[in-house]
Formats: sequence, C-alpha cells, structure tokens
Amino acid sequence: MSIQADLNVILPEIVLAIFAMLALLGGVYTRKDGAAPILVWLTGLVMVVLAAWIAANGEGTRIAFNGMFIDDGFARFSKVAILIAAAIVLVMSQDYMQRRGLLRFEFPILVALGTVGMMMMVSAGDLMALYMGLELQSLSLYVIAALRRDSVKSTEAGLKYFVLGALSSGMLLYGASLVYGYAGTTLFSGIIQTALEGEVSIGLLFGLIFLISGLAFKVSAVPFHMWTPDVYEGSPTPVTAYFATAPKLAAMGLFARVLFDAFGGAVGDWQQVIAVLSLFSMFLGAVGAIGQWEFKRLMAYSSITHMGFALMGLAAGNAFGVQAMLIYMAIYVTMNVGTFAFILMMERDGVPITDIRALNMYARREPGKAMAMLVLLFSLAGVPPFLGFFGKLYVLRAAYEGGLVWLAVAGVIASVIAAFYYLRIVYYMYFGEEGEVLETNSTPVLWGALMVSAAVMLLGIVNMFGVETAAASAAATLVN
Amino acid sequence: METIILFAPLVGALICGFGWKLIGETAALWISTGLLFLSALLSWVVFFGFDGVTEKIQILRFIESGALATEWAIRMDRLTAIMLIVITSVSALVHLYSFGYMADDPQWKEGESYKPRFFAYLSFFTFAMLALVTADNLIQMFFGWEGVGVASYLLIGFYYRKPSANAAAIKAFVVNRVGDFGFALAMFAIFFLVDSIKFDDVFAYAPTLAETQLTFLWTEWSAANLIAFLLFIGAMGKSAQLFLHTWLPDAMEGPTPVSALIHAATMVTAGVFLVSRMSPLMEFAPEAMMFVTVIGASTAFFAATVGLVQTDIKRVIAYSTCSQLGYMFVAAGVGMYSAAMFHLFTHAFFKALLFLGAGSVIHAMHHEQDMMNYGGLRKKIPYTFWAMMIGTLAITGVGIPLTQIGFAGFLSKDAIIESAWAGGSGYGFWLLVSAAALTSFYSWRLIFLTFFGKPRGDQETHDNAHESPMTMLIPLGALSVGAVFAGMIWYGSFFGHADQVGKFYGIPMAEAVAEDGAGAADGAHHYVFAGQPGEGALYIAQDNHVLEEAHAAPVWVKVSPFVAMLGGLIMAVWFYIVNPSLPGRLAATQRPLYLFFKNKWYFDELYDVIFVRPAIGVGRLFWRRGDGNVIDGFLNGVAMGIVPFFTKLAGRAQSGFIFTYAFWMVLGIVALVTWMSIGGGVQ
Repeated sequence: MSIQADLNVILPEIVLAIFAMLALLGGVYTRKDGAAPILVWLTGLVMVVLAAWIAANGEGTRIAFNGMFIDDGFARFSKVAILIAAAIVLVMSQDYMQRRGLLRFEFPILVALGTVGMMMMVSAGDLMALYMGLELQSLSLYVIAALRRDSVKSTEAGLKYFVLGALSSGMLLYGASLVYGYAGTTLFSGIIQTALEGEVSIGLLFGLIFLISGLAFKVSAVPFHMWTPDVYEGSPTPVTAYFATAPKLAAMGLFARVLFDAFGGAVGDWQQVIAVLSLFSMFLGAVGAIGQWEFKRLMAYSSITHMGFALMGLAAGNAFGVQAMLIYMAIYVTMNVGTFAFILMMERDGVPITDIRALNMYARREPGKAMAMLVLLFSLAGVPPFLGFFGKLYVLRAAYEGGLVWLAVAGVIASVIAAFYYLRIVYYMYFGEEGEVLETNSTPVLWGALMVSAAVMLLGIVNMFGVETAAASAAATLVN
Repeated sequence: METIILFAPLVGALICGFGWKLIGETAALWISTGLLFLSALLSWVVFFGFDGVTEKIQILRFIESGALATEWAIRMDRLTAIMLIVITSVSALVHLYSFGYMADDPQWKEGESYKPRFFAYLSFFTFAMLALVTADNLIQMFFGWEGVGVASYLLIGFYYRKPSANAAAIKAFVVNRVGDFGFALAMFAIFFLVDSIKFDDVFAYAPTLAETQLTFLWTEWSAANLIAFLLFIGAMGKSAQLFLHTWLPDAMEGPTPVSALIHAATMVTAGVFLVSRMSPLMEFAPEAMMFVTVIGASTAFFAATVGLVQTDIKRVIAYSTCSQLGYMFVAAGVGMYSAAMFHLFTHAFFKALLFLGAGSVIHAMHHEQDMMNYGGLRKKIPYTFWAMMIGTLAITGVGIPLTQIGFAGFLSKDAIIESAWAGGSGYGFWLLVSAAALTSFYSWRLIFLTFFGKPRGDQETHDNAHESPMTMLIPLGALSVGAVFAGMIWYGSFFGHADQVGKFYGIPMAEAVAEDGAGAADGAHHYVFAGQPGEGALYIAQDNHVLEEAHAAPVWVKVSPFVAMLGGLIMAVWFYIVNPSLPGRLAATQRPLYLFFKNKWYFDELYDVIFVRPAIGVGRLFWRRGDGNVIDGFLNGVAMGIVPFFTKLAGRAQSGFIFTYAFWMVLGIVALVTWMSIGGGVQ
C-alpha cells in the first residue's frame, strides 16, 4: 500500500494536528492570549467539521501503515463522539475561562492535540500506535490540568495526575513488552492470532493484566481511580468537564479495541477481570460520592460509577456488550455535558461555587434550569423514563445475556445506592432551606448545552436519535 | 345524529370541567345542561324515527392487535334507543334540577366553586353511560362500564370532606370490582372461544357455545352457561343484586341528584341492560338463567324487607331501587327481556321522580334526611307532595286490574309478575308478589311519615320549610308525566302481542302453525318469534313461549299484585295514620326481626367479618412485619449503617497523598496478577 493511501486514511488526524500547529504558530506570532477566544471557536468548528466529515465519508474498514492504524465503523463512531464532545466542552469553557483570566491560547491547542491523541487511540491497531495516541492525549491533559498555574490546587492536580499517569504508563509499557515478548508481535492482528492458536501463555496473560491496569487508570476504574477526585476537584472546571467526557470515551474505545482486536480470542481470560473492575468501580463510586459536598468531586465519583457500568458492557464479551457500552458512553457524555454546563454557571459574586448545599431552594428562583437539572440528575441516577435509564438497561441486559447475572444484580444495587446522592441534589433544589443566593448567570452557550442535553434525556427515548443502530453497526465491526 | 347524542355530554363535561374558569361558572353550567337537553331531544327523535332495524355507525378504529380487532362504533337498535331516551332525558332533567339543589350547599365554604365540578362529573357520567349502551362490542361496553364506575365513585365521594362519603365511594368502587372481575372473565372467555368480541360474531356463535364444554374451577361447564353466569356476576355488581348490593345504600352519601340519575335511573340498570343485550347468549344458558331468576327474586324480597324499617328517606328509596332491580332480573331470567326493559324504562321515570322529590323534601328541610323528623309537610310543599304521590302510585302499581290502564309501574310490574308465573318459576312469582306488598307498605310509609301527621322534628326547620325553586319543580313535573303515562303508551310495544313486540325490537316473525288455532281468538298466536341469534335487538328462542303464556295467565295471577298492593296500602294506613303508636310497639315485641331488617340482614357485618377484617389483618401483617420490620429494617440497616461505613472508608483511603494512590494501584495490579496466576485465568 502506498504511503499516499496510508495518509489518506489518517487524513482527519493530520488535518487536526496541522491545524493545532498552525494555531500555535499563529498564537505565538500574533496576539497571544488575545486571540484565544477566536481560537476556541475556530478549534470547535474544525472539530465539528471533522466529525461531520468522518461521519459522512467513512465506509467499510480501511487499514493503514501495515495494520497499525485501523479506520473502521467502531473507530468512526468513537471519533465522531469524541470530536463533538470535545468541541462542545471547548466552546462551553470560553466564557468561564476568559472571565477568570485563564483563557490562554494554548488551551484550545492542547485540547486539539489531546483530541488527536484520542482519535489515534480508538484507531490503534498496534501496541505502539496505542501508546503513541495514549501519550499524546495524556501529556496534553497533564498540562491543562495544571492550567491555573497560580493555584496550588490546580498545580497539585496536574502533578498528581502526571506522576500517577506516568506510573500507569509504565505499567502499560511493561504489559506491552510482555505481550510483545510472548506474542512476538505488537500488531493486534498478530496477537489475536497467537491467542487463537492455542493456550494463552501465562506471560501473555500477565501482559494483558498490565495492559488492562494501564487502561483502567485512564477510565478511572477501581482500584486505579484514586487520582480522579483530586484531579477533578483541582482542575479548572472547564478542564474537569473535558476530563469527564472525551478522554473517557477515548479510553473506553481503546479498552474495547485492545480487548477485542488483540485478545478477542481469550474472552474467558479477561472477562472476569473486567467484571471485577466494573463491580468495584460501581460500588466505590456510589459509596464514595455520598460523603461529597463538592460538586466536582461528586461528579468524579459519579464518573467512576458510570465507568463501572460501561465496563459491565465490555465484560459481556460480545458485540451486544460493545454496543451497550457505546450507547452508555454516548448517553453518559451527553449527561455530563449538561451537568458541567450547569456547574460552570454556578457562582456567587463572580466566584465559582461548587458546594451542592448552595443549591438550597434553587428551584424557586430558576425553575427552568432547576427542571433541566432535575431531568439530568434523574437521568444520571437511571430513573425511567429518562435516557440514562435506557443506557443502564442496555448494559444490564448485556451482562445478563453474557452470563454475568451476578454483575447485573450488583449493578442494580449499586445504582440504587448511587441514586441517593443525585436525588439529594434534587432535594436541595426543591425542598432545601433558603440560604445564600446562588447566581447562575448563563451565557447562551451554557444555557443551550444544559437545556439541549436535558431535552435529549427526554426526547431521546423515542429512538435515541439513531445512536442505537450506529452503535450496533460500530460494535459489529469490532467484534466478529 | 347518534354521534352527537353520544359526544354532546362529553363536550359538555370537558367545557364545564376544564373551561369554567375561562367562560365563567354560570355559562359553564348552562352549556353542559344545554348540551344534555340537545342530546335528550335528539334521542327522542331517534327513538320515534327508529324502524327496528339494527344499524351500525362507525366512529373510529379502536384497537387492532393480532386477532383482536375492535372498532369504536355505535350499535343502534331498539335496546339502545330505549336506553338513550332513558339516560339522556333523566340526565337532562337532573342537570336542570341540580341548579336548584346545588345552589347553596352547607358542605362547602363561602366562595368555593364546586358546581362546575359537579356538572362536569354528571355530564361525564352521561357520556360513559351512553358509551356503554351504544357499544358494538364488549371492549367498548367495558369502557363505558368502567367509565360509569369512575363517575359514580367521583359523585358518591363528591362531598370529599365527609369521611363517610369517601368510605361509601370506596365501598362502591371495591364492591363493583368484584362484579367487574366476573365481567372481565366473561369477556376473556368469549374472546378465547369466539376469537372476537364483536356482538355480531358472539351472537352468531352462541348456539355453538352452548355445545362447547369448558373447564373452569375444576368443573365442566357448558361454555354458554359459564359465560352467561360470569356476565351476570358483572351485572350483579353494577345492579346491586343480592351479595353485591351492599354498596348501593351507602352510595346515598352522594348528592341527591346523583342518586336519582346514577343510583336509580341509569347506571344500576346497566346490569339489566347487559343481560338483555346478551340475550342471544342467555337463551342458550338455562342454568345461568335460573340463577338470574333466583338472585333477582331474592333481591326483590330482601331489599323490600329492609326498606320497611329504614328511616333515612334516601335509604328507603335506595332499597326500593335494589328491590325493583330484582324484579327486572326475574323478568330477564325467565326469558322476558322485553318485560325487564319495560320495567327498566318505567322505573327510570318514577324512581328518578321519587329521588328528586325526596331531594326536594331534603332541600326544604335544610338537608335533614331522617323521616322521623318530618311529618305534616303536605301543606308546606304541595308540589313536591303531589309529585311524590304520583311516584308512589306508580311504584306501588296502582291501576285498574285486568285492563291496561294504570300508572307506569302497574303495567310493567304486573308484566313481570305474570312473566314469572308463566316462566314456571314459583319461587320467583311468590317472592315478587310478597315484595309487591312490602313495596306498597314502605312506599306509603314514606309518604305518610313525610307528608301526613304532625311535624316531629325541629320546629324551626319545619316552619322554614319552603317549596323548591322552579328549576327543581320542572323536572319533577316532566318525570311525573312519564310516571303516569309511560306504561300505558308503550305497553303494547314492550309486552303486547308477539307481533307488536317483534316489530318493536325488529325481531323477524313467522306465522305460527295453526295447530293451536282454537285458542287464538285475540290473534296473538298467529305469530311466533323466528329470529336467529343476533337478528333484532333481542333474541327470543323459538321454544320460549313465556310471552303467550303470561298473557294467558289465570285471573288470580293477574290480580295478585294488585291485591298485594292493596294489602300493603291498608297496612300502611293502619300503621301510620290510624294507629301511629303501633310501629313502635311492634318493633319492641318483634325486636329480633326488627333488628334483622334494620341492620340489613347483617350483610355488612358478615362481610366485615369474612372479608374486610381478614384483609386488614393480612395487610397489617405485611405492613408491620413484612414491610416495616423486614424490608424497611433491612434497607435502613444497609442505608444507615453499612453504606455510610463504606463511605467513610472510601473517604479515608482518599488521603490526598500520591504515594497512597500509587500504593493502591500497585496493590490492585498485584491482586489481579495473583488472582490470574492461581485463579481461573490460567487453565
């Protein structure tokens, strides 16, 4: 295959990467931070255009660079979701960051580069491509976590994330080298061949465990989740919103990619591991969030729970499970976009507020926004008839049909526990005691994000806007 | 036109119920009433213009699911036409009457708006009832059936601040549920066997059903018998027949216009209508029909005995209704559906009249309902008195024996009693004749206690007793006309010669074989019913000769109800005019019997012991022990104890130190690797 064909396959990634570099040059040589607002919108626009391009053009499965890069339905589904999520979160953050003097022109560029990394991740067909994408993403994230250089918390968050991320990268690399050692190749297609040929050797298995550990860190699955609450809390809120959405999607995509493309022949070997990670994540997230009053920290635990549920879909080990995971992630991202849009609005005298107790009797002052939040929180808790319920239903069904009945039952119990802290926020909004006034002055973007995501939770139950079938075909290309 | 009749009340209910704030209270009330009068007018037009041929007017496709295909259609035949005029006329008059009766109600505070709600419920009820009688299939009928149940529930509980009204509403609903369960089972059985719930299909299939055997409750049944029996269970609930009658007297907690409309003239007769409607099926179910006769006759007698000793004016009339419904079921049970419908028709007029008259008395006496506190009201409220008199003459069956001249009840009740005799049901005949005597006694007792003698109650209330406004008197007058003439005018159609009846209902007739031509002096025997099931509004089997035999009944049979009525009247005069101290003394000497009647044969107490208390006991057990201790205890333990413990643990693990976090990660991977090494991973 000629190099031109190869480049053709990765054209979206190249476009975004070149855009990011040009923007960097442009930023440096022109007005620096003054250009940042335009750059934010421009980056968002480029991402949306790319998403549309990928959604419209992609067909079949194309392989580039001798199998290191795969462009299939699964990759395209993930990329579209990642790009859209990143674009929305990016434009949502513009106003917030600008008013607090955080809007450096590097921010959109880093987000763009991180997104390139994520696109690489979900398309990885080789352990090296995997690592490359992962590191590009991670390094970008480390930096933007510490974006607020004068804040101790923010720098602490960045540092923690970096150190622990380095540790997890080490594990992942160690796993990769073990796999290479025992399989003799870094290509997924080669590894699966080895796994299919006969018994999976213990070395390969250890490699898999290390790989899983590294990936579990990225999706913040227990016990590799510890960084999440601290980083979520310490980072500037827009960055947290970004953490909670696109990277989670990418990491989940990569997880599925590795498990099915490289180890699809050894489902029995990793199924239990994933199931246990899922179980612990669901429960720890549910239990841990109960003690939290800090909204962002609470959302960190919430995302741990949700990742547990998404892993439940993977643990099913079949195409339906992957479909369930994709649907779950799409819904999860939508809910988080709305919720973070609201968190971004919360302030008092211009100072951001993230204590949920500040929401006391909020519904009386802002019935519309309170209602939207109510819908989102109910959906996060998985209360029918909102979309979040159907996401849960999907993964539970996947687990049940995959023979993991105990996991499905545990998932139901965990979601009951988790419902407590979501509903507690609703309680504060509607029945709490009158406290200090909380301002939520929304920009049109934030208001729109909140309302649209709430509306999606309601209207999506009709046909999920076609995500259901898209996810099904995406899953079908991955698992065969 | 039929569509307008059906939907005008619904429109009225919607406008009145939801739109009264926009258009104002008075306008809303008049709109709903006006629409009802329109509906009534059209119903009479339809009734007189109707030629007896069954028509169908499709409105919409209702349910289509597999083999179940149901249309929403109006089945227009004579039964429907009769019910239409009964329902819409009484309902329109009751609407009008309610303007006066509900004008100021002590149940409500100053400035509270309750009238639109009341009128909306009334109109909604009318719509549901019309939906029931115009039904073309069982589902649609069931919709109406449940709709009237809901409306009845809402109206009985209209005074929702009164605990007794709420209790009565719930009781009515729950008791009806028992009957409705039977109805639903019958419907399932029909669908199971016939694969359709359309009346046409079901009727055509009826002869086959009679030969089908079905196992139900470990017993072999003829399918027709089983279905007829289950249908009648439904009818028993709605029509307050013995064992399922307990809700009707309590339903008097609702406002009096409601009692007149729902619990006298229309809804409670739905059971009779159902049996008549299903006559093609019933004719093939002799055992079930026997059951209908026995229950009907027993109810007629039982309710009459209870009515003897009640002192609440509305309860007397309520038991009277119960008793009269029993009459109708006896007629239906012996195969004279036409006589049942006849009594249903006339009963609607005079019973609504009696209720509205009683309402007028109650209105005059400032919502005093105990007859022991009435007396001597004749001069105070003369119009009401005369209306009540007409009603009483009608219900007791005053007329000239052996002719067709008399008040409405005379003709229809005698028709039933003759049918009972002709149908060979001695049990039914004798109980009905006794009930006729009792009816006469308690009806006259009501008149004498209320209008004659000396005032007994609160003197001031008595002095202030006043005649009701015109809005209340006009309905009384209109119903009085019906109570006097309805029987005489339509006697021939309902209970005349076979050819008259056949023409009225659109039943195909055949010339009789002239084998018994000798006795056919009056020409009746020249024709016999020759319809197939589903042809015409009623199906009367060809071996069903009750009509002819009833006409040929001996003179003593024909005179017996009149004699019974006279006996009851004389007893009442003796007890309450000549010798007013007698009732008290009799009650004292015959105390057990008196208490037995007074306490309604202890049915409520019995049900309380058999059903209510055990149910409460079981409920309490599950609530306290099951729910409270086990479930709540367990969940609270988990929620208050275990979960917070883990939360604290998770919080403590989250120390904020990187080395702790790294330690956990390493621990995690060690655990995973160990597990994989020694556990299931390596096979």
